[in-house]
Amino acid sequence: MSINIIGAGLAGLSAALTFAEQGKPCNLISYAPSERAQSVMAEGGINAALDTSGEHDTVEEHYADTLKGGVYLADENAVWGLCKNAPEIVRKLDRLGVPFSHNEKGIVQRYFGGQKKKRTAYVKASTGKMLVTALVDEVRKYEVKGLITRYPRHRFVQLCLDNGVCRGVQIADRFTNETTVLSGTVIIACGGMAGLFDGMTTGSTHNTSDAVATLFAQGVELANLEFVQYHPTTIGISGKRLLISEAARGEGGRLFVRRNGEPWYFMEEKYPELKNLMPRDVVSAEMVAVTARDDCEDQVYLDMTGIDKKVWKARLSDLRDQCVHYIAVDPMKEPIPVSPGIHYFMGGIYVDERHRTNIGNLYAAGECACQYHGANRLGGNSLLGAIYGGSVAAQSAISIPLVKGGAERSEPEGLYQTTDYTEVSPALAQKISAILYCSLPIMRNEADMLEAQRELSALLTPDKNEAEKRRLTLALAMVQSAVNRRESRGAHKRTDYPERDDEHFRKTGVVRYENGKIDLTLRDIPERRSE
Amino acid sequence: MNYTIEILRQRGRDAEPYRQTVRFCTDDTEMSVATLLKTLNSMADLTDANGKTVEKIEWECSCLQKKCGACAMRINGKPRLACDTKLGEFKNGAIVLEPLKKFPVIADLIVDRSVMMENLKSIGLWLEKEARHTKKGEDLAYEASRCLQCGCCLEVCPNFIPGEAFYSAASFVPTARVLSELPKKEKADIIDSYVDKVYKGCGKSLSCRDICPAQIDVEHLLVNNNAVAVWKRFLY
Repeated sequence: MSINIIGAGLAGLSAALTFAEQGKPCNLISYAPSERAQSVMAEGGINAALDTSGEHDTVEEHYADTLKGGVYLADENAVWGLCKNAPEIVRKLDRLGVPFSHNEKGIVQRYFGGQKKKRTAYVKASTGKMLVTALVDEVRKYEVKGLITRYPRHRFVQLCLDNGVCRGVQIADRFTNETTVLSGTVIIACGGMAGLFDGMTTGSTHNTSDAVATLFAQGVELANLEFVQYHPTTIGISGKRLLISEAARGEGGRLFVRRNGEPWYFMEEKYPELKNLMPRDVVSAEMVAVTARDDCEDQVYLDMTGIDKKVWKARLSDLRDQCVHYIAVDPMKEPIPVSPGIHYFMGGIYVDERHRTNIGNLYAAGECACQYHGANRLGGNSLLGAIYGGSVAAQSAISIPLVKGGAERSEPEGLYQTTDYTEVSPALAQKISAILYCSLPIMRNEADMLEAQRELSALLTPDKNEAEKRRLTLALAMVQSAVNRRESRGAHKRTDYPERDDEHFRKTGVVRYENGKIDLTLRDIPERRSE
Repeated sequence: MNYTIEILRQRGRDAEPYRQTVRFCTDDTEMSVATLLKTLNSMADLTDANGKTVEKIEWECSCLQKKCGACAMRINGKPRLACDTKLGEFKNGAIVLEPLKKFPVIADLIVDRSVMMENLKSIGLWLEKEARHTKKGEDLAYEASRCLQCGCCLEVCPNFIPGEAFYSAASFVPTARVLSELPKKEKADIIDSYVDKVYKGCGKSLSCRDICPAQIDVEHLLVNNNAVAVWKRFLY
């Protein structure tokens, strides 16, 4: 029996280290080495109330901002754990050699969206890459000691289920196509569902959504799929959206649109307290609103020309290089055109505070899991959520006794169906993406979403291969979740239901696939325990 | 603009390599080679210059913005990232895509680069003690931590031969982080490894400096590593 972690981005690395530091062996399974994971693309920073800026920041304020930013849909107990543990997580990363900037009080922090205090620790605009490097080196130490065994070119095939209990996982070597069954507990850390919006996100092509689609088909419950984050500042480049980090606004960047020919700094006028640093759902919706006005042009710009040269050099040099390289605009000298782009999935595998799924011995963490971020994630909380979540999942797997399967087999051989490997054809991937993108924009309405349901259902024909059927089913579950939430909250804004409706919808929307049908339920969010 | 794309193909590890040429027309000079490959693979009826159906071209990518190193390949003879190469560069429309040559080919443009990970294990690249932070150390650690492990530097290094004793820039660049952050008296093991696996084999051609897709200041890191490990001048 072993522990099997699927995914070697930050959540998977964190889970593996949690086992290894306690002398417990684990398998770390990933499609490619950690250097290729989407975690390396995270830019702006990681949140923790370190209070190194003399602003009297506290864990309580980080907790309150996270809940408010998520429009009160997150599990309060889980968020409290996240925020309470954040300072020690960042201090540990510091000890592991992440080259955070330091001053006499410790790690320097910057402003980020939805937060009034400097709470985001950073390394220029390459924070994700720096964190991955430090954790990969630390994991290597335990690889050599034999505690962490990497399977670094392996696809997730399926769970081995025994009467609804997870007994292991089947994986396949991408280079040889040989399959292997690893018995024991499984932690899924496979990343978000970017592949549902092929070529339209800031994310990695490795995050196809197919692992989550397979888990869904196998009975794993998903939650809050309708909450898809549109980051306000992205730019279309060849094959994808390029992220312009929130750090740009954290360091002084300003959004404007030309109204009657003159720059209008609409966020500063409408939100005088947080200005350009309102939560992402608010900024993106405002960008849609101003560009729809008759007196405004249809392009928003990000003006970073007022940022001090020293700040550019010390904190944003990589962001500048990226702009010059990909769009041939020097942001020090002229404003850059930006528009909202899909960046993060708040929804995913339904987990409890301890990162348990509805399947015994199966856990999930990182962006693939629905935890911490509610209806809208705050910038700086994804790296934190991945590292903390991976660690909690691992700790739970250590402390929670194994759930035994009905058949009580000693090995999980025979607990999976042998199927030929299939993948989604590029043509179908494009069709699904187009349907989802048109029906799930920043401002949604029922008619478009029902049409999307019809189109996706029409594509779900018997001639499709298994991977295609699973992706179509996941896409349908996402649209149905969005139809079902008849309110506007966070990243899910509806023109037909423009108000927030706490009475009916301050709940987690859970989807389950059973007997060939997608079943939706609204479940209560756990109440906050007293400490 | 009409592009002629010649691809060195190999359908499996033990298969015979062959060259296949496809033609593609676009006016999008900003299109990357990565997007070109994705587009070719999405064309169901793609045929080559001889009218033969083109099977799916195997290649790797992840970030598409030169942050992950997955899509390294030889493009017109030079190791580069496909996501960082725009079609506008090919003024005569001739593009040749080949797998990196110093690594075993798995299929088409996919190679097995695991030797890099094994070398990092062998050199002992991790912190045995808590990191020590200094201003200069922070800058070095940042630069060293940017390494993509793409393998382009190994491809051009005249001294690197897979499986032999010299580990080249893909090892000495990340080593700079550990050398800069370990307290002075804790550096002995990594210094021994470094001298053995890097210093003794490096001919200082610095071809790695000119090829790095992340434009890491390879020479600066090498100079610092040698100062610490060989000349015992603790520059920071």
